[in-house]
Amino acid sequence: MSTLLSIDGISKRFRGLVAVDRLSFQVDQGDIFAVIGPNGAGKTTLFNMIAGVFSPDGGTIVLSGERINGLSPDQICHRGVGRTFQIVRPFPALSVEDNVIVAALLHRHLVPDARAHAGEVLRQLYLYDKRAQRASGLTLPDRKRLELARALATDPKLLLLDEVMAGLRPTETDRMVSILKELNRSRGLTILLIEHVMRAVMALAARVLVMHHGAAIAEGAPDQVVRDRAVIESYLGAETV
Amino acid sequence: MIARLAENVSPRAATALVLLLLALLVAPWFANDYLLTVLILIFYFAYTGQAWNIMMGFTGQLSLGHAIYIGLGAYTTAVLFSFSGISPWLGSFAAILVTVLCGAMIGFLAFRFRVSGVYFAILTIAFAEFARIGFDHLSYVGGSAGFFLPVANYTQSDLWTLRGKPIMFYYLSLGMTVAAVVMCHIMISSRLGYFWLAIREDEEAARAVGINTFRYKLIAVVISAAMTSLAGVFFAFYYNNLFPEEVFSINRSIELILAPIFGGLGTLFGPILGAFMLTGLAETLTTTLAALGVDVPGAKQVFYGICLLLVITVLPDGVWPWLYRRLGLAGRCE
Repeated sequence: MSTLLSIDGISKRFRGLVAVDRLSFQVDQGDIFAVIGPNGAGKTTLFNMIAGVFSPDGGTIVLSGERINGLSPDQICHRGVGRTFQIVRPFPALSVEDNVIVAALLHRHLVPDARAHAGEVLRQLYLYDKRAQRASGLTLPDRKRLELARALATDPKLLLLDEVMAGLRPTETDRMVSILKELNRSRGLTILLIEHVMRAVMALAARVLVMHHGAAIAEGAPDQVVRDRAVIESYLGAETV
Repeated sequence: MIARLAENVSPRAATALVLLLLALLVAPWFANDYLLTVLILIFYFAYTGQAWNIMMGFTGQLSLGHAIYIGLGAYTTAVLFSFSGISPWLGSFAAILVTVLCGAMIGFLAFRFRVSGVYFAILTIAFAEFARIGFDHLSYVGGSAGFFLPVANYTQSDLWTLRGKPIMFYYLSLGMTVAAVVMCHIMISSRLGYFWLAIREDEEAARAVGINTFRYKLIAVVISAAMTSLAGVFFAFYYNNLFPEEVFSINRSIELILAPIFGGLGTLFGPILGAFMLTGLAETLTTTLAALGVDVPGAKQVFYGICLLLVITVLPDGVWPWLYRRLGLAGRCE
């Protein structure tokens, strides 16, 4: 299997705080890869560097053999990285369909083509019946799926999901898990997710990276990682173990 | 083309639009000179409101200095006509070129250095003020003493040089307004329009779906500036005199944003409805107060302000979105 995303020694400092510290890992084509870790571990900073919101202070990010660090978010999206935001950011005054059409227009120049593509994506995510609603009026689970729909409509090679399960009920989580599994299976879509909901991580991820204070403390299969002593200590504190 | 225009417009809305247009086309046969000048003023505000709406209503960039584009468009064509006899139709190309360069410069400075929100608004005011003070000292075009176009008592209208009677200006301003609506409709239904709306709604999310927000904001400024410059051309040839203190004044920038805000930001028909209502309101107040014998300085402004305040409080999205729900008209942005 070929490597889609290769991260080599990236760091990010905010004044004195080292948010991400010489982190390296690789995501293979077609993989579902999860990044977990306690709050403040640097997961979202890592995502924002891959998506181009922040430029790393050091190290390289390579997507399909091309170095992408330092590019702007829109250039990175053009190269096939779709992302969701931890706090969902739909275009509130636009309809659900128009939200997705905007994203579908990235690689399509005509609105009718984009509308057709948006329709397909909305059907896949069970949002087609709500396509005429304003995005601001959706419930949280629907808004989470709209966020995903918009990222998917840009035809990404790599999908970055920042806590898409947060705030969902268990049944909604299972639904989201099955949607993501299906996308991965049918399209071979590579998914990199940050997640706190372990139920979802265990069900989805083939590999897990655990971050703590900006560095990687464990990497491997999910059931292996959750038994790792360093991981348990990072979550619960060393004295409890 | 026609099919594309009809897209998103319900049959009821289309019928209403055609009827309104017909009524406006035959209006000069029934209207007296006073009413004609009021209608011309309405179209002027509808047109400039439409142009400004591209920036604020579609793209979410608040410009409070659109007077700069009015003034540059007005001075460019007026100078070319007076000094070289160049027709305003040809002069308009020069006016567009000048304002596009000016808009591109303001946009580049602002968006390159991430000036946004109120800071962007202040920047636009600053540039309009630079222009006002600059033209005040530009003796080539009369400085603060003003610049005047040659006027005579015209028996016939000459469309090529825009010298003539109010009826010519009536049809010209009506044509400009219709053209602006059609153009805005085409733009907002296209890829460009979707990208603008996305930027207006959430710029960071827009960037995350691959939109080069710098480029599309710049396009919005440039198109808005070019459209507004033509309103300046109209202004110059209709009023025949230009004073920097007047054309570049902040009042001019403010008055042209009232119609779209009042009618409905980001809607196509809002600026038109707003222009009709506000100009109608102002004229009615003048006549009513005169008839009542009220001669208190500023009374009109106070009433006008109260009316504005009331409508904005009750209908913060503007009158048109409310009205069109009431009328049961369909459509995304009409």
